[in-house]
Amino acid sequence: MSTILIIEQVLNGLQFGVMLFLMAAGLTLIFGVMGLINLAHGSLYMIGAFAAAAVAGLTGSFLLALFAAMAAAAMAGVLIETVVIRRLYATDHLDQVLATFALILIFSEGTRWVFGSFPLFLDIPDAVSGPVSLPGGIQYPLYRLVLIAVGLAVGLGLALLINRTRNGVQIRAGENDREMIAALGVDISRLYTLVFALGAALAGLAGALVGAIQSVQVGMGEPVLILAFVVIVIGGIGSIKGAFVGALLVGLTDTLGGIFLPELFKLFTDAATATSAGSALASMAIYILMGAVLIWRPTGLYGARA
Amino acid sequence: MKVKSLILSAALAALAGGASAEGVKVGMITTLSGGGAGLGIDVRDGFMLAVKQSGRDDIEVVIEDDQRKPDIAVQLADKMIQSEKVDVMTGIIWSNLAMAVVPATVAQGKFYLSPNAGPSALAGKGCHPNYFNVAWQNDNLHEAAGAYATSAGYSNSFILAPNYPAGQDALTGYKRTFGGELAGELFTKLGQTDYAAEIAQIRASGADSVFFFLPGGMGISFLKQYADSGIDIPVVGPAFSFDQGILQAVGDAALGVVNTSQWSKDIDNPTNAAFVETFQAEYGRLPSLYASQGFDTANLLISALATASPADADAFRAALKAADFDSTRGDFAFGPNHHPIQDIYAREVIKEGDVFTNKIIGVALEDHADAYAAECKM
Repeated sequence: MSTILIIEQVLNGLQFGVMLFLMAAGLTLIFGVMGLINLAHGSLYMIGAFAAAAVAGLTGSFLLALFAAMAAAAMAGVLIETVVIRRLYATDHLDQVLATFALILIFSEGTRWVFGSFPLFLDIPDAVSGPVSLPGGIQYPLYRLVLIAVGLAVGLGLALLINRTRNGVQIRAGENDREMIAALGVDISRLYTLVFALGAALAGLAGALVGAIQSVQVGMGEPVLILAFVVIVIGGIGSIKGAFVGALLVGLTDTLGGIFLPELFKLFTDAATATSAGSALASMAIYILMGAVLIWRPTGLYGARA
Repeated sequence: MKVKSLILSAALAALAGGASAEGVKVGMITTLSGGGAGLGIDVRDGFMLAVKQSGRDDIEVVIEDDQRKPDIAVQLADKMIQSEKVDVMTGIIWSNLAMAVVPATVAQGKFYLSPNAGPSALAGKGCHPNYFNVAWQNDNLHEAAGAYATSAGYSNSFILAPNYPAGQDALTGYKRTFGGELAGELFTKLGQTDYAAEIAQIRASGADSVFFFLPGGMGISFLKQYADSGIDIPVVGPAFSFDQGILQAVGDAALGVVNTSQWSKDIDNPTNAAFVETFQAEYGRLPSLYASQGFDTANLLISALATASPADADAFRAALKAADFDSTRGDFAFGPNHHPIQDIYAREVIKEGDVFTNKIIGVALEDHADAYAAECKM
């Protein structure tokens, strides 16, 4: 196992992590500020990818496709917030889980109805496709470096928004005491709609960015959603910083575990058993990580709520 | 009217004493919603095209969606057998659903014609006189990939598949026929869509070829990322990741890749040419492997109905076993375990105008039977 391979895998883990962060940031904002479990967050990711594929197919412009993805996901977010989710803030989590699960089914079959059952085509723009040479003789896909940069930029932007702007103050205040901030004259329901739209747009952006290297198809959001939940449980509910650190931890654990655990097992046993046992353990690695973090800090790394 | 015609046909059947040519009720359980819907829709459309072409209005097909969930498939099968009183069942795409439905169906005296799933458990010790597989046994296309890789002169393959039964079967099938060494062997997570880590390992492994079995969205992701990584090690795979339904989504990344299939739209026989043409006319898209399998399944059923009725199980079974129909694949026969003996081709992905499709470049395995037939006692 060469150093080059290890560095390459760390980059892969980082890239996976920042994409998870885009998903988890919206999820944790909505969970933290509104106390709402939104299982349909993965559907917003899917909507972003489909909107991007449709617009890229029509116009040929990847940049336009990205804007379309964010706009479509944000609009879908506003729509479900005002039509469905607004009625659920006061109810318990079970009602929210049921309603948003129903939304997954509706969005999945709705998308299939509009776009058909076969996966859509969305390709990486030529300008950022292909590998680049990094110092040390590493060949790394340029697009993945762009993903890392975009993810970090969005993370920075979110941190500034939450910590330095008036809306950010309101969001943080709403997280702690929603009655009090409403009493101070802040239009709390408009704030909620905005937060929801922001979270949705981030999920849509992630869907479009990732859709270009993966498949754009119905149901693509669900596996990512599960990982995003793991991320916010590790990071602490409602914390953007937690989501960022958690996402990087999950990304690195998942990527490095998948590669090094089978190698590790080969030290003790024959290759076939090692491959099979190592792969099985690698699938569990992030859940083991989650368990370990929860034993050490039951509210997550940066979680405030008990 | 319906009651009247039912009475009439019952009376006719009684008069004829279960004679040849009479109607049949088919229960089709397949995947029509969710991420795997494309496969089930193609099987259904291929099947219904053959029924329509036969001109027979006495074949009634009840179609239900299993949503890719075994529990729902079992409920639907119970309903079809108990209250719909179907004679023949078909349609299942996924092996885990087939394992949940097929044994119970044949145990109740019904016939099952599989248009896709071919788990080894049903080909070997678990075979049954009433179970016929019209597609392949699960290992077959992977065995063909191994044979092709050997004949292409590859001696050091990196192989990967998801860590679940069909993935393990795939690697076993490839290793059964591949003559060279393995540069690496990996099991990925089922449903995984990011293969950056695996691709980095392939690059570092020094392999001269890559074999992968990653059905559906997994394969699309892998191929796109593989192409973008700039590695030029040739790739070999089974047809599932290069099928007509998903090739457009993979795009340029698939061009030139060799894959193995028992069917291709350019197999040169009149049945296939007519099938490709009429399918395209009827549904406005090119048929896939799955569509051809649905079409062949229906034609097998229709050919058997011409000489026997499901009411006479022994005669009907013999008629199915004879496989006296024109397959889109050309030569087709059943082995002793009711699984196909057929040629499996090597195809190359090409672009025809704007459409990505496959072209046959050779036969990977001729008259190939599966490895489990010897274990089948019936």
